[in-house]
Amino acid sequence: MSSRTTHVPSGRGEPGRRAEEHVRTDRPAQTPPAAPQEVVRVSVPQRSLASEMRAIRIVWRRELSRFRADRMRMVTALVQPLLFLFVLGSGLQGLASAGTHGVSLKTFIYPGILCISVMFTAMFSAASIVWDREFGFLREMMVAPVRRSSIVIGKVLGGATVASFQGVIIICLAGFVHVPYDPLLILGIFGLQLLLAFAITAFGVMIAVRIKQMQSFMGVMQMIVMPMFFISGALFPASGLPGWLTVLNRIDPLTYAVDPMRRLVFNHITISPAARHALDPGVTWWGWHVPALVEAGMIALLGLGMLAIAIWEFSTTE
Amino acid sequence: MTDPVTLSGMTDPPAHPLAIEVRGLVKRYGEIEAVRGVEFAVKTGEVFGFLGPNGAGKTTTINMLCTLVKPTAGSATVAGYDVMRERDDVRRNIGLVFQDPTLDGYLTAEQNLRLHAELYGVQSNLVKPRMRQVLEMIGLWDRKDSVVATFSGGMRRRLEIARGLMHSPRVLFLDEPTIGLDPQTRRSIWTYIRELKEREEITIFMTTHYMDEAEWCDRIAIMDHGQIVALDSPETLKAGVGTDRVTIHTDDDEAAITALAERFGVEAGIVEGAVSFGVPAGEEFVPRLFQDWDPAHPSIRSVSVSRPTLDDVFMSFTGSSIRDAEEDQSKQRNRVMMQVMTGGGRR
Repeated sequence: MSSRTTHVPSGRGEPGRRAEEHVRTDRPAQTPPAAPQEVVRVSVPQRSLASEMRAIRIVWRRELSRFRADRMRMVTALVQPLLFLFVLGSGLQGLASAGTHGVSLKTFIYPGILCISVMFTAMFSAASIVWDREFGFLREMMVAPVRRSSIVIGKVLGGATVASFQGVIIICLAGFVHVPYDPLLILGIFGLQLLLAFAITAFGVMIAVRIKQMQSFMGVMQMIVMPMFFISGALFPASGLPGWLTVLNRIDPLTYAVDPMRRLVFNHITISPAARHALDPGVTWWGWHVPALVEAGMIALLGLGMLAIAIWEFSTTE
Repeated sequence: MTDPVTLSGMTDPPAHPLAIEVRGLVKRYGEIEAVRGVEFAVKTGEVFGFLGPNGAGKTTTINMLCTLVKPTAGSATVAGYDVMRERDDVRRNIGLVFQDPTLDGYLTAEQNLRLHAELYGVQSNLVKPRMRQVLEMIGLWDRKDSVVATFSGGMRRRLEIARGLMHSPRVLFLDEPTIGLDPQTRRSIWTYIRELKEREEITIFMTTHYMDEAEWCDRIAIMDHGQIVALDSPETLKAGVGTDRVTIHTDDDEAAITALAERFGVEAGIVEGAVSFGVPAGEEFVPRLFQDWDPAHPSIRSVSVSRPTLDDVFMSFTGSSIRDAEEDQSKQRNRVMMQVMTGGGRR
């Protein structure tokens, strides 16, 4: 089981295949060369918790195998965060220096960029449900004697794993934007992005279950992801905004992932109190400063809620 | 036919005499009745063919038997389990090969089978030997590590058959297993199916709209417009037609049909662009035809005589050839599809 290397179609594609096909079809009525062995008869047990766990695990593993096979995706998913972080971050530095109190703009937007790259990967992973439906594979899972919820849970966990892997790559880049590699800081960021990856994948799956075509999903994604990103405060502090934007910002779930992560980063770098006040004002609800733990809890709850909806939806379709 | 035996409640009856039993099965999509009360039984170990033009209701029937679609009325048992009340038990005991591909092209052949085995909960220590067996049977063992995306259509279909067999199902459903494949690959797929039947205790239920393929089945049911119009072994059905088919190409088909009726008392029709009719002894009829053919009649350009085929069986029961029937039904099919796509088919 451990040797699950994925062969990317390479040189031995077309010609080898054709030849092979002919060899087989030219001698149709032959049994395999080996002496007629005993027929291996297996049986399918009744549904049980163990079989559901097995189903969850294999669906989860499939997401990982697919991600590994799709190296292009890993690379392309990195382009956008790198652009934001280094091009936008460096380019706008001069413009922003008046307001950042000596803190690098790159450091400031780093938590937000981490969140958005996790978010994008998570949404793309969720999109695989739409692919599966279009290419028929979903049917193979739907007719299996397992609960629909096992399939959804496996999917969400798989997508979350893939997305947090993307997050880890961004975490590795911390040093380039003056964020120290402090174990506690890294652990905290890792935990937060794991939660976010889970919540966003659940959210994506919830949407994807209802959508039949990839184009529609991409459209919906653009419509939801970009606004969530811009409104969340990934690129600006969440205080002193116009009233309407403050309201939107507080509704945006991504706000509650970016904010504690930024606080964590700022706790581990040396900056002036003025900078702290300006750049990390924290999220307030009617004047109440929302603690980081509550924020993290909200993300987790939202994720669980959306997972429940996704399961319910998936169980009632087709 | 054997008496119906209900075995609900028992766990995996060893040898149920009937692999499939269907009573008054109906499926309605809105106002369209896709399946209109079909009844049949398939014995354990049989290769049973479901035959008919596209849109006759074959896939809908198969989907109901596989618990993918809920019947509007009627009942069915598969491997001794009720398709409505014991869905999971049915699913554990059937293998499915769909009309449309359902493989994961990003994964290797082995990974696809492994995934299937895990989803079905196949005993871990048996996964490897079983996988080897099914892959060797369809001749893809040496390609097990190749990504499915590199496979040809025929290889994919074979792999799907292998996958459907991974969990040793009692009944294997094949929905148009050879559709869209070249004749050579089609033949080899049939070889695998026959081979499979000899090796494993399995019942095979398949649909096809290739008449020539139905000859491979032990028994066939002919379906048209949502109903079964004939059910027997291919030989019996063909013998039942009793006539040979004479096909003539003429300069004026309409006039030729009239002439045939007046002169010879045979009722001819236009089938696939030629005048066609059935007579008891075809070879003997041809000389008579030319002897008595009035020079005033439209001239005959070619004649062919053929022994009854299943296509003739189909024609004798439905009055049209399977291809013509498909053209007729394509409009209706489109309507059904529209209904399904706009949500009318969702339950």
